Amino acid sequence: MDAIRKKREIDRLEKDVEELRRLASKGSDEELERLHREVEELKREFYRHLGAWQRTQLARHAHRPYTLDYINMLFEEWCELHGERGFADDPAIVAGLARFHGQACVVVGHQKGRDTKQKVLRNFGMPKPEGYRKALRVMQLAAKFRRPIFTFVDTPGAYPGMDAEERGQAEAIARNLREMARLPVPIIVTITGEGGSGGALAIAVGDRVNMLENSIYSVISPEGCASIMWREAARAEEAANALKITAHDLLQIGIVDEIVPEPEGGAHHDPEGAARLLEPVLARTLEELLPQPPEKLLKARYEKFRRMGQNVIS
Amino acid sequence: MAWFKREKKSLESVPPDERRVRTEGMWIKCEACAAILWKKDLDTNWQVCPKCEHHFKLGSVKRLELLLDDAEWTEHDAALASNDPLAFVDTKPYKLRLKDAQKKLGMADAILTAEGHLNGRPLICCSMEFGFIGGSMGAVVGEKVTRAIELCLEKQLPLVIVSCSGGARMMEGTISLMQLAKISAALARLDDARLPFISILTDPTTGGVTASYAMLGDLNIAEPGALIGFAGPRVIEQTIRQKLPEGFQRSEFLLQHGFLDAVVHRRDLKRYISTSLDFFLA
Ligand SMILES: [Zn+2]
Repeated sequence: MDAIRKKREIDRLEKDVEELRRLASKGSDEELERLHREVEELKREFYRHLGAWQRTQLARHAHRPYTLDYINMLFEEWCELHGERGFADDPAIVAGLARFHGQACVVVGHQKGRDTKQKVLRNFGMPKPEGYRKALRVMQLAAKFRRPIFTFVDTPGAYPGMDAEERGQAEAIARNLREMARLPVPIIVTITGEGGSGGALAIAVGDRVNMLENSIYSVISPEGCASIMWREAARAEEAANALKITAHDLLQIGIVDEIVPEPEGGAHHDPEGAARLLEPVLARTLEELLPQPPEKLLKARYEKFRRMGQNVIS
Repeated sequence: MAWFKREKKSLESVPPDERRVRTEGMWIKCEACAAILWKKDLDTNWQVCPKCEHHFKLGSVKRLELLLDDAEWTEHDAALASNDPLAFVDTKPYKLRLKDAQKKLGMADAILTAEGHLNGRPLICCSMEFGFIGGSMGAVVGEKVTRAIELCLEKQLPLVIVSCSGGARMMEGTISLMQLAKISAALARLDDARLPFISILTDPTTGGVTASYAMLGDLNIAEPGALIGFAGPRVIEQTIRQKLPEGFQRSEFLLQHGFLDAVVHRRDLKRYISTSLDFFLA
């Protein structure tokens, strides 16, 4: 609430400055410049201190770039592959071949839809078992031909429906976790929006796990947590804080490796800017991982996850 | 009369889930067939209703007594306990929840790791305790299962895990989620080493436990009538806005849909594990 009020205040100030600038047609007025700088500083300060709940809302923002947007902006020669060879193609996960800076690779990611029709088609980014099985099939293809893998994580969670249960949602996720741990090629994971529990993790076991500044990664949604803990989904803000789901929290706990900065105000303000900020991180990580022999890669990947939680027991 | 009173008093520490079963004191009404059972009969029958074969929950220690020879084993990592990494508080501080569960059950977290023998064959057996915060998996359960797997690798032993869990432990946030990846990675190594892993799924096995080790057995075996799934029935009903059909997500349903090798009665479980290990190992 407080943050929303503060944001309104900033917006109002910003409008005032614009208005003043328009009136003072010279545009070089010192007082005006000073005001402008102050507003900019306030804005930066505001975004630096966003709470977990505000970031949750940014992570879910309808204009936030999705996997196919990043693929369009960062990769060349995208060739989407479909199906898991068993039941159906799941549009909530996209997978395919592409090139990154000329390097042939595989890209896998959750895909949300933007308009109502797309949202329904993509099942709001909630995959069914066949989606996870497709992801694994294509990642194993990458392993076979020794190509690195990029994954983009953005899902509210694996779909909790009857059909998904019937076809083994749990089994599909579990298998991905085990198999990703032993794919002998670099896996670079980027959490771009919502990292919703097992449904996110199922394509997020990698050598590096990066998080966009306003993305979240959680064992349960804040709403779900609130409704279990307090029988009140409305207390989601409290739950979001308690769960420690922001990139900053998770970097501190040692669950993610790097925070990727976003354009001011969030990736949805400037998708191309967001891609420009992500690109060097992916390039540098790939350069680090690509020359490593598979045994070394797998050992380090094992140890990376092996350490998780070890410091919180006594 | 005196012991009726005493029995009633001890009720206060019983979680609401089990209270229904025990309110009759020495007598228990079967939740499946409504028969009135003498508690002692149920105890000697490993918590299986003698009238209708309904499988009640079996405690983690009793489970080891059921499976391991002479009810003897060496426990590993018994002292591992959570230090409440997120300082999590909901209606009650997590620290307090842990302390209460530890006091009630005499164990540090929701799983026991035992090294013992099953029909003469040495193995490692992990047994989950639903009474401990719903058998939920946080860093301790994750670490203990991972160490159990690593112990199997070191000693070249087969692994049996008896799951009984509502899933990942919310109070440890994303750390709990990471345990799924940690354990599954260790299971990949066990698989590479060609050591058998038999997963036993009991009522209930849901969420992150199902979505990691419980579904990754060389054999996945469930007890009759166990609730097994990824999402809980309540969440699914909210999603689809309708009631789930009878038997949905029960063992027999999963068997039908191809996710279990067998549904095995509790009294046959030890023999079943033993026979299958005989097939796998010399
Ligand atoms: Zn009965």
